[in-house]
Amino acid sequence: MKLVHKYGAPKRFYELAGTVVPWLAALTTVLMVVGLYLGLFWAPRDYQQGNAYRIMFVHVPNAWMSMMAYVAMAVFAAAGYIWNMRLADILAKVTAPLGASFTLTALVTGSLWGKPMWGTYWVWDARLTSELILFFLYVGYMALQASIDDARRAAHASAILAIVGAVNVPIIHYSVYWWHTLHQPASLTLTNQPKIYITMLIPLIMMSLAFTFFYLTMLCVRARSEILWRERNTDWVRKLVGSRT
Amino acid sequence: MRKQNKRLLFVLIGLAGVSVAVWLVLSAFRHNLVFFYSPTQVLAGKAPSHGVFRLGGIVEKGSIKKDGLRTTFTLTDLRHSMVVHYKGILPDLFRQGQGVVVQGRRDGATTFMASQVLAKHGANYMPPDVAAELKRSMAAKAKAALS
Repeated sequence: MKLVHKYGAPKRFYELAGTVVPWLAALTTVLMVVGLYLGLFWAPRDYQQGNAYRIMFVHVPNAWMSMMAYVAMAVFAAAGYIWNMRLADILAKVTAPLGASFTLTALVTGSLWGKPMWGTYWVWDARLTSELILFFLYVGYMALQASIDDARRAAHASAILAIVGAVNVPIIHYSVYWWHTLHQPASLTLTNQPKIYITMLIPLIMMSLAFTFFYLTMLCVRARSEILWRERNTDWVRKLVGSRT
Repeated sequence: MRKQNKRLLFVLIGLAGVSVAVWLVLSAFRHNLVFFYSPTQVLAGKAPSHGVFRLGGIVEKGSIKKDGLRTTFTLTDLRHSMVVHYKGILPDLFRQGQGVVVQGRRDGATTFMASQVLAKHGANYMPPDVAAELKRSMAAKAKAALS
């Protein structure tokens, strides 16, 4: 009975994720295609930046997701550490490379925009620096995971890093308010009127949803393969693999 | 206490401890984390008197004078202002009324020799016709307030 409970959760998630992945992937594709089309062709030029502002349709969603994914990773890691949830360990582990790529994309697109608009690829202001630290946190987490062979011990050790690093997320968010930075403050907040014109806002929101669903899709896909690998010696995986060969 | 509650407590206390530590570090380095000083701060002697630092503010309307690659303009924070000299290529967003950050040294009481000019972008995005419309309505409002 104990064994059933122990192996039940990842197996059930494997099956559940398998059914939702096609739907998530389809939704991601539709949102991404429509969002990119609206952002690149339908949205008007900006009064200050002309067409150069359009990079924000990729930059802003990736920057948001870089922080969202970190919060998700820290929560999964904490749940895995506190309640010994093996599925949470898996979700935390597979989130890290996704978050790292969101962060890197945000940094690179921001840098490409910064050269013509600001006049520099990079400045050491609080926003850019804290986002770079976020990237290093992801990379450090992945390195720590990879350096310990035993899955449980790896999850425990890296969970501490993930949780401690979570302190950086509010710093990134508030950096533009706490200090003078070159980076502009948020155009979109929960409490204030958006500072983006509606025809530019619609594609931005679509792209943000697209990247959110992209994350969920990849989370399911990656978690499924991680589950298969970890449970490779169990009966259900043997049966599953055997039935297909 | 159950093992799980112990771990939960450990995580929460740990997170609180780290947050306090980071907060203390950040407030200790508050002045070093400032990306730029305003003209008011510089004139009040709060910026380094020797060496390179950054100065930020708005380019005063009608103050830009260009001579080849040399540019002279007045940088203001609407209370105090400084005259900035710069030689080099300006970013696309550099224009009057725009926020900029310049890096360089102070040269005299209110002059600044910049080696780099960075344009600071606002959080507003809108199409050109809407911007023009907004400007017109603002001007009309200002006129109405004056009369």
